[in-house]
Formats: sequence, structure tokens, C-alpha cells
Amino acid sequence: MAKEILLGDEAVALGAVHAGLSAGYSYPGTPATEVMEYLIRVSKGGSLFTAAWSVNEKTAFEEALGTSFAGKRALVSMKHVGLNVAADPFMSASLTGANGGFVVVAADDPSMHSSQNEQDSRFFAQFAQIPCFEPADHQEAYDLTREAYDLSENMSIPVMLRLTTRLSHSRGGVETRESRPKNSLKPGARECWTLLPTNARVLFKKVLDQQAAFVRHSETTPFNRLEMNSGGRTLGIIASGIGYNYVMENLRGAASPPPVLKISAYPLPESLIRRLVEHVGTVLVVEEGYPLIERAVKGMFGIHGKTVLGRLSGDLPLAGELTPETVRAALHEPPRERQALADFKLAGRPPQLCVGCPHADTLKALNDALDGVETATVFSDIGCYTLGWFPPYSAVDTCVCMGASVGMAKGAAEAGIHPAVAVIGDSTFGHSGITPLLSAAAFNTNMVLIVLDNGTVAMTGGQPSFATGERLLRIIEGVGVAKDHIRVITPLPKFHAQNVRTLKDEIAYPGLSVIVAVRECLEEAKKKNRRAE
Amino acid sequence: MSSSLKQDIILAGVGGQGILSIAFIIDNAALKEGFAIKQAEVHGMAQRGGAVQSHLRLSKNKIWSDLIPRGEADLVLSVEPLEALRYVDYLHPRGRIVTSSSPFVNIPDYPLQESVLERIRKFEGSVIVDSEALAKAAGTSRAQNTVMLGAASKYLIVKPESLVEFIRVLFAPRGEKVLEPNLRAFELGRKAAG
Repeated sequence: MAKEILLGDEAVALGAVHAGLSAGYSYPGTPATEVMEYLIRVSKGGSLFTAAWSVNEKTAFEEALGTSFAGKRALVSMKHVGLNVAADPFMSASLTGANGGFVVVAADDPSMHSSQNEQDSRFFAQFAQIPCFEPADHQEAYDLTREAYDLSENMSIPVMLRLTTRLSHSRGGVETRESRPKNSLKPGARECWTLLPTNARVLFKKVLDQQAAFVRHSETTPFNRLEMNSGGRTLGIIASGIGYNYVMENLRGAASPPPVLKISAYPLPESLIRRLVEHVGTVLVVEEGYPLIERAVKGMFGIHGKTVLGRLSGDLPLAGELTPETVRAALHEPPRERQALADFKLAGRPPQLCVGCPHADTLKALNDALDGVETATVFSDIGCYTLGWFPPYSAVDTCVCMGASVGMAKGAAEAGIHPAVAVIGDSTFGHSGITPLLSAAAFNTNMVLIVLDNGTVAMTGGQPSFATGERLLRIIEGVGVAKDHIRVITPLPKFHAQNVRTLKDEIAYPGLSVIVAVRECLEEAKKKNRRAE
Repeated sequence: MSSSLKQDIILAGVGGQGILSIAFIIDNAALKEGFAIKQAEVHGMAQRGGAVQSHLRLSKNKIWSDLIPRGEADLVLSVEPLEALRYVDYLHPRGRIVTSSSPFVNIPDYPLQESVLERIRKFEGSVIVDSEALAKAAGTSRAQNTVMLGAASKYLIVKPESLVEFIRVLFAPRGEKVLEPNLRAFELGRKAAG
């Protein structure tokens, strides 16, 4: 079959297409963005299947759930923290089950390359009691996606596909299979999809009864593999996902490699783990993320006569992603010889706002408007403008999660912080800012919200924003903000003095104001110019 | 270490300098010549004017890790001199630096250019190329990445013809006005590497 070079994200997307996907939905977020970018690219304008950005992950999840209800194959993709947003439908979707195959792609970002935390989505799969697949390489990302659709339809259950940054954003070769047809329309049974207590109790019991079958699947799938090798009975290794690659990299050329249990399917394959643990004295667990496997194997009190090593024992670091080096150290191999910079002092180069970025002009105006006001606090949000935390701006004081700026500013204002200013981008506002603004409008809270309308989801590469332009203004007015206190500014150096005045006026007003700073993202403007060339 | 069977390359630069274009060209050239590849790259927040790197692994055998282990890299190929130094601990004792001499100054504490170049020269076999001048000579200052690919082509295990083929694949859709300067940039970089 054809061999293609694909990102891990793209391998999942293509696996879904070839498995007979009818619809995919997503909200952009690193490192998951490229799943949907690829789907959109190969959907031929939506004529082959639906591939669409949604306003947030909860919405995307529910749209995909609707597809599954209709009997068709659905995919929803998001970054790890996006699953928090979608957690409400996610936790109940194990009860409704899947009618058409339903795959939930969650891409984790250990080491927080582009995230606010490094939570491990495998716990969410465990929490919802659904199967979870964790590919180690590109071929598995492709193959396991197909496998996930089969399992989802055979067991009528959503299946999680968990990725991590290093696979999502690594390219590798994938051999593809033949494409299979899509499902035809076949709506779900109403007693399975109406979670009234009377139905939900029955459906929850069904999920509990399925658990043993999920474990049996994990014990028999070829993606979980116990390789006994020749390395005797001292050390055995359990390695999952990308951690398996680092183990194998370091065992390359070993004279007598230890037994390795590779795990790519959850719930944990109990019988395989038992066989390994009984065979060796020490088990080293190598997993990307939190110590989920290690904790399960070790239990609270450990296993009599056995030693379990991993992140909990300190053999691997508790925080951050694995590297070939940390895994090498855990295997007690000496570090490889290498070159060194020695005495030279290397200046760091953190990410920063682009030269001429509209956010920079807004933040400068805000800094001047708040100059000398010691009590002022600026609540920021998720987006490029969070880079305004760094000098020379040092313009924002908080950033927690999508939409938190608005709700936090309201709470802080009510607690006595003044002035309380929230700063949020247009797409983040559409994602999670509208409902807290409705709340602030209902109370006419004394705060200022600045919406930075650059017309795009800039940080992730320029996906469409839904709450921009005229629609954005109508939303703000529609939730009940007084028309006199909805002000539009143009963040350009030549309007600086005027913008500072507008900001000062609205900060002085003892009620809710919203200032919309409208100027297109530079990167997007550049892209448009290039296309026009 | 470097043989005809494998090569591990760290690509380095600043977000927006086009290192992923270099990666695309080497990846595809390698695939065409029957190598397996893995290429780890940086997306998202870090791309905004920050330090970016890509781990590119080519091998006739199975590649396990997506990241190059420290001490395994045969080459650090950088479009920016300070960024070349950022990854020297990935270099094998006999690994080599191929870098541009043109600084990208967007931080307040950027060291003196000469001190950076002096430090690079201390690494045996390092190759320093004035990519800015050569790209301008080729017809566009935006082709510095292609100049550096040309310079590195002296040391890559893929053939220069294969690289040129995929320079065409990448730039031809943007028209002759973009393709021609890039082809010239590749040749100028290759000559400059000695």
C-alpha cells in the first residue's frame, strides 16, 4: 500500500477517514490542532465528509455525539485541557454509548510546551470507564484509529485515542490500508440516549458489566505485547505509548535485553502484567504523563518481594515529558559522550508577540491608562496576548483557562479589586467568555472587558473565529451590556492617545464596559497577501 | 555515528525562519532514497519569535525515538548562529555544526556577534556561512534557509539532486519568482561550504 509521511495527528485523521468517517469536529489547541487541519484539507470542501471547527470543545463533542447517535462514524479532537471543557458530555457518553463508531482524540502536552498544565487524559478514560488507545508511533496512530472504530462499534462505546506532543508533532512514515464505506443513517434507540435516572441506572450497569470485556480486549489485542526477550529474571519493563520508543532506543544493541511489556490499549491488560511481574524481581514502568500504570501495579502497599520503579520511585522525574536521556538514566546506562558549550552564556529566546502585533498596541494603551493606579489588576486569558505577561509589557496579572478572565474579573471586582480589567481574544470569548459576560451584565459589575478582535485563532495558526466583527458586537449588546459602554477602538500607534482616553473613561465608569479592539492579526494579513500574489 | 546507514540532524532557528521547509525537503529526499524518517517539530506558542528546533532522523533501519538522544546528532544545521550553540549538547563528539553567521536579534541580551561566531569556530569542523549575503545574491533575503540547506548538503547522506528535486516540489507552486532564487540560493550555499 501507499506510504506517506504524516504527523502523528495526521496519521490519526487519515486512519479515521479510511475507517469510514462521516464527521469530525474540533476546537484548535496545541498539540491537537493538526488532526482537524488535515481532515479539512482532505475533505474536499466537506463533500467527502464533514470536517469543521466548532466554537468550543464541549460543542464539538456534542456535535460528534450527534453524528454517532445518527449511526455514523464520528471523531472529536482536542487538547488535554479541551477535554475538561467537554467533560460534561464526555462523562455521560459512556452511558449513551456509541451508535456509530465514536473516537475521542485527546492530545496531552507534558512539559507544557504550549499549555497551562500537563494533565494526563488516560485518567479521564479511566474515569468514564471507556477503553483508551495510546499509539507509540505513526503506524500505530493510523492503525489504532481504525481499531478504535471497530471496538467502538462492536462494544457500542466511545473510545479515547490518547496522543502526546512528541507523537502529535513528529512526522513519520505510514502505510495506509484500503478505505471502507461510511455507515448509513440509523438513529439510536431513545431509551439508550435519554439519560433520565430510570434509563441512566440501567445504562450505567451496562457499562460496569462491560469492563471485563474491555480488559479481555486489552489482553488479546496485538497492540499490547509482552516481549520476553532473553534478559533473565532481574528487571522487567512496562512501557506505554511514546515511552516504549525511548526504552527501545536505549536497548538498541543490548546483548541481553530485559523483558518488555508494551502497552497501547487500556484498561490495563491484567494477565500480561501479572505474567511479567511474576517473572522478574524489579519492574520499571516508563509512561508519558502521570504514573497511572505505576500506581496501579504498585498499589498502596507494593507487591511483596517485588520492586516497582518509575516516576513515583524517583527513577524518572514526576513532572515533564520523558526524554531518551531520562529513560537511559532509569535503565542505569551511562550517559552518551557528547559535546558541550562549557563556559559560554547562552541567552534564552522565549516566544514573543510579533513586531507590529495589534495586541501590543492595545496592551501599551492599557499600561498607560493604568499608569500609577497601584490597585489595578488585569485578568488575561488563553491566547497570544498572554505573552503580554513578559517584559517590556508586563501588562497582565493572571491566565488560568479559556474564559477565566471574565469570570475572575467579576469575582475580583466584587471582592474589592479596582480597577478590574479582563482581556480576552475574540475566539476565546466565543469559546467561553459569553456566559460569564452575561453574568457580569446581569449584575452590571464594575469592571472593564477588553475583547481583542483580530479575527482569528492566532496562536494555533489562524483557524476561523466565530465571535468576530459585527457578530461579536451584536453578541456583546445581546447579553445586556449598555450600548453607551460598548466602545470600539483601533489598536494602532497613531490612535494611542485616543485609545488611552477611551480606556480611562470606561475604567472610571462605575459599571460594566466592554472595549473591542479591532485589528486583523498580522500573520493572517500576511497569508492573505501571499495568496493574493 | 554517521555512516551511510543513518544520520541524525538538529535543525535550529527562530520561529518564522523556515526550518520546517528545510525539514520537508530533507524528509522527502530521504524517503525517496529509501530511508525511514522521523522528524519531531515545534508548533504552537513556541513558534512566536522564539527558539525553535526540529529533530530529524534518517536511517536505513528502524528508528525508535522521535527525539535525537543527546550525543547522537551528526549535524546541527542552524539558520541563526546563537541558535546553533543552543543544541551543541546533542552533538556526537565527531558531530558538526553548519550555521548561518547572520544574527536574528529580538532579545535584549543578545551577545556580540563575534563572540558567538568565535565560540562556534571552537567546535571542530564547524562551517559558518553568510546566509544573508548569499540569499540576497540569489535574489531574495527570504531564502536564507535554502542557502543553509545548500551548505549542509555537503554533509548530508541524501544526494543533492534529490534535495533539488524537492526544492522544486516545495517552491514551484509559488511560481518562478520564488523557485529560481531558491535554486540559486541552494547552489550558492553549497559552494560556500567549501
